[in-house]
Amino acid sequence: MTVDRREFLSRTGKLLLLTGAAAGALEHVLAGQAEAAPGYAETDHWWGMIIDIDKCIGCGNCVRACKEENDVPHEPYYFRTWVERYHVDPSDIEHPAVDSPNGGFDGFPERYKPGDGAKSFFVPKLCNHCVESPCVQVCPVGATFRSRDGVVLVDKDYCLGCRYCVQACPYGCRYIDPRRHVVDKCDLCYHRITKGLTTACAEACPTGARQLVDLKDPKDPVHEFLRTRSIQVLKPQMATHAKVFYAGLDGSVR
Amino acid sequence: MEAPAPRTPLLRDAEHLGRVAALFLLGVVGFFLAQRLLVPEGFGKHGHYRAGATEERRQLPTVFAGRAACEECHTDVAETNAKGKHARPACEACHGALAVHAADPSVKPTRPDGRALCLRCHTELVGRPSSFPQIDVAEHAPKGACTECHAAHDPGLGGGSR
Amino acid sequence: MGNMIPGVDGYMYPNEMELQWGLLIVLYPFITGLVAGAFILASLERVFKVEQVKPTYRLALLTALAFLLVAPLPLQLHLGHPERSFEMYLTPHLTSAMAMFGFVYLWYLMAVLLLEIWLEWRREIVLLADSTTGWRRRVYRVLTLGSRNISERALALDDRVGWLVTLIGIPSAFLLHGYVGFIFGSVKANPWWSTPLMPIVFLFSAIVSGIALVLLMYMAVCALKGVATDMRCADTMGRYLLYAFVIDFSLEMLDLLHRVYEADESFKSLDFMVHTRLYASHILVQIVAGTMLPIGLLALAQVLSLTERARRGLYAAATVLTLVGIFAMRWNIVIGGQLFSKSFLGYTTYKMEFATREGLFTAALLLALPFAILWGLVRLLPPWTSEWETKADRPSPA
Repeated sequence: MTVDRREFLSRTGKLLLLTGAAAGALEHVLAGQAEAAPGYAETDHWWGMIIDIDKCIGCGNCVRACKEENDVPHEPYYFRTWVERYHVDPSDIEHPAVDSPNGGFDGFPERYKPGDGAKSFFVPKLCNHCVESPCVQVCPVGATFRSRDGVVLVDKDYCLGCRYCVQACPYGCRYIDPRRHVVDKCDLCYHRITKGLTTACAEACPTGARQLVDLKDPKDPVHEFLRTRSIQVLKPQMATHAKVFYAGLDGSVR
Repeated sequence: MEAPAPRTPLLRDAEHLGRVAALFLLGVVGFFLAQRLLVPEGFGKHGHYRAGATEERRQLPTVFAGRAACEECHTDVAETNAKGKHARPACEACHGALAVHAADPSVKPTRPDGRALCLRCHTELVGRPSSFPQIDVAEHAPKGACTECHAAHDPGLGGGSR
Repeated sequence: MGNMIPGVDGYMYPNEMELQWGLLIVLYPFITGLVAGAFILASLERVFKVEQVKPTYRLALLTALAFLLVAPLPLQLHLGHPERSFEMYLTPHLTSAMAMFGFVYLWYLMAVLLLEIWLEWRREIVLLADSTTGWRRRVYRVLTLGSRNISERALALDDRVGWLVTLIGIPSAFLLHGYVGFIFGSVKANPWWSTPLMPIVFLFSAIVSGIALVLLMYMAVCALKGVATDMRCADTMGRYLLYAFVIDFSLEMLDLLHRVYEADESFKSLDFMVHTRLYASHILVQIVAGTMLPIGLLALAQVLSLTERARRGLYAAATVLTLVGIFAMRWNIVIGGQLFSKSFLGYTTYKMEFATREGLFTAALLLALPFAILWGLVRLLPPWTSEWETKADRPSPA
C-alpha cells in the first residue's frame, strides 16, 4: 500500500493532536477536574422550579423519588424535599395545623374529616436556590456556592461540616449527612438537568404540581406561569430572592 | 566627677525585638507560600468555590431514566398513554426508577401492584383538590385489583380513547 | 410528624428536629469570653494605669493564654471534618464571619498574647536560662530567642513595646470574641439570634466572666500559697466587675424589652419557649442566680463596710455565680436558638450525650484542661512578683 505524503502528514497530525488532546484531558482528570460535559454551557441556563399548590395531591411520590435518585438517608429523618399538609381553620389562620409524617415519604394518613369547615392543602418544599442565598454567604470556606446556572450546590469534598449554613437557611432545607459528615441538600438534581433530563421529583409527580423551569429559556412555560398566576415565594421578607415559585400558596404557609 | 559611661547603641538593646520581628516575617512568608501550594486547583475561577465541583456533580449516575428514554422503545404504550387520563404522570412515577433497565433492557422491572399503587393517589383524602379523581375505597372497591376495570395506561371508563 | 418523634412538640421542619450546634459550641464562646475578659482586666493596669489591679496582671495574662490554647478544641471536635479546618486559612470566604476565626485567633495568639507574655517575662527567662539545669534550661534557652540582653534600656524598651502591644491587644480581644457575637447576630433566619446588640452583649458578658475568673483565681491562689490577699486589688476588681455587670445586664434587658414591645411574628413562639423549655436555664440560672444575685452581692460590698473576710466570701460567691450565669447565657443563646422551629409552630429538645465526641464528659474535660495548662504555665513563667510576696521570696538573679 502506498501512502502519499499529504495523507501521511494528515494522519500523523491528527494522531499528534488527538494524543495531545487526550493527554490534556488526562491531565485534567488527574488534577481532579473532570472533563466538561459536551454541549452544556452553564451561562445559558438559570434554573428554578414552579409549584402549583392546586395540583398537589400529597402522594409523596416526589419525596420517595428524590431519596432514591440522590441516595438520601432514610433514617431517622433527612430530607432534600418534603411535603407538608396544612389544615387551616378560617377563624384562626394564625395557627394552622401542620404535619409532615416522615416528610410525606409514605404519603399522608387520613387525619381530617371532610366538611369540618377548614381549608386543607399540601405544600411541597425544597431548597429554593436563592439568588441572594444566606447559606452561601455564611460558608467560611466556599464549600457551598451558587453555580453560574443558578443552582446552589455543595462541594462535598471541601465541606468542613461546621453547620453554619444549616443555621443560616430560613427554610430548613439543609441537613448533615450522617454517613459523610458533610452538608447535603436539594441540588435540583444537577446531574440530571445538565443532561437534558428533569429533576427526579418533577419526573415522579403524577399531576405536574412540580416542574423544573429554566428562566433563561424563552420557550419555557415558566414565563406564562409567572405572568398569569398569583405567585409567591416562601418567606419573602427574608429577601433571599428565592427561585421556587408557588402558585396558589395560602398566607398561612410557614 | 566620673565621665558618663559610653552609651550602647540602640540597635544592641533592640536586637531581641528584631529577632521577634524576623520570626514573624518568616511566619507570614511561610503562610503565603503554603497557601499558594495548597489551594485546590481551579478555586476561584467562577466564584468562591472549586471550579471542578460542578463538573464532578454532573458525572453522577442517574437512577430515574426519564420519560423520553422509556418512550424510545415502548412507543405503543406511550401512544395509548398520551391519549388517556394518565398522560400526565411519567412512566417511572408508577413503575419506579428504571435507569438500570433503560441501559440494559435484559434487566426486567417488577410489575407494580394493581391496587396498592393506585390507591396511593386515588384514595379520598382531605387536602386533595376536589377536581382530582378520588374514591371512597370501602364503597368503590373494597377488594380486588383496580386493573380489573381500569387499564393502567388508559384508565378512563366510558369515553376517552376506548 | 411532631407527635411521632419524642421530644418534639408541634410542627418543625423535618430537618430542624436535630440540633446542629450543641454543648461544645456553647463552650467555645464561653472560653474565648474568658480570654477576652482576662486580657481586658490585664489591660486595665497596663494601659489605663489602674495600678490597684497590678498584682493580678501576670496571672491574668497566663490565664488568658491557657484558655486561648484550649479554645480551638471544642470547634475541632465539633466539625464533621476537622482535618479540613485548615481550608479556612487557604480559601477564607470573606462574606462569612466564621472565616475570620483562623486569622483573628492566630493574630491574637502570636502578635498579642505570646508577644506580650514574652516581653513581660523576658528578664526572668534570661535569668532562669542560666540558673536552671537539664531540660528546663533548654526550654528557657529557646524562649530567650537567642538574646540575653536584659540591660535597663532593653527592659525599658520591652516595657514601651509591651504597652503598644496591649493597646493593639484591646481591639484584638474585642474582635476575638466579638466576631462570635456577630456570627449569631447576623443570622437573619433565626430571630432569637438576629440582633445588632449581639456582639456587644457577648463582649460585655465576656468582660464580666473574665474579671470574675481572675478575681476568683487570685483569691484561690493566695489562699493556696498562704499569702494575704491584696484587698485593694480585690476590691478594685469587684468594683469593675460590678460596673461591667450593670452595663451587661442593661444591654440584655434592653434586648428583652425591645422584643416584648415590638412583638413581631416570632415573639409568641420565643416567649413560649422561654417560659417552658428555657425557664430553668434562662430565668432561674442566668437572670436570677447568675446576674441579679451577684450584682446584689457586689453592690453590697460597695455600700456596706464589711470586714475583709466578709468581702472575700462575698466575692467568692459572686464570682462563682457569675461564671455559672455567663455560661448559662451562652447556653441559652446557642441551644435556645435551636429549640424552636423556624415555622414558629413547634419545639424540639436538646438531647445531650455523655461519653461521645460532643458529650458532657468531653466538655468537662475541655473546661478542666485550661487549669492544667495554667498550672504548667505558672511553673514555667512564675507570675509571683514582689507585690505578692515578701522581699525574702523574690527570685534572685544568678
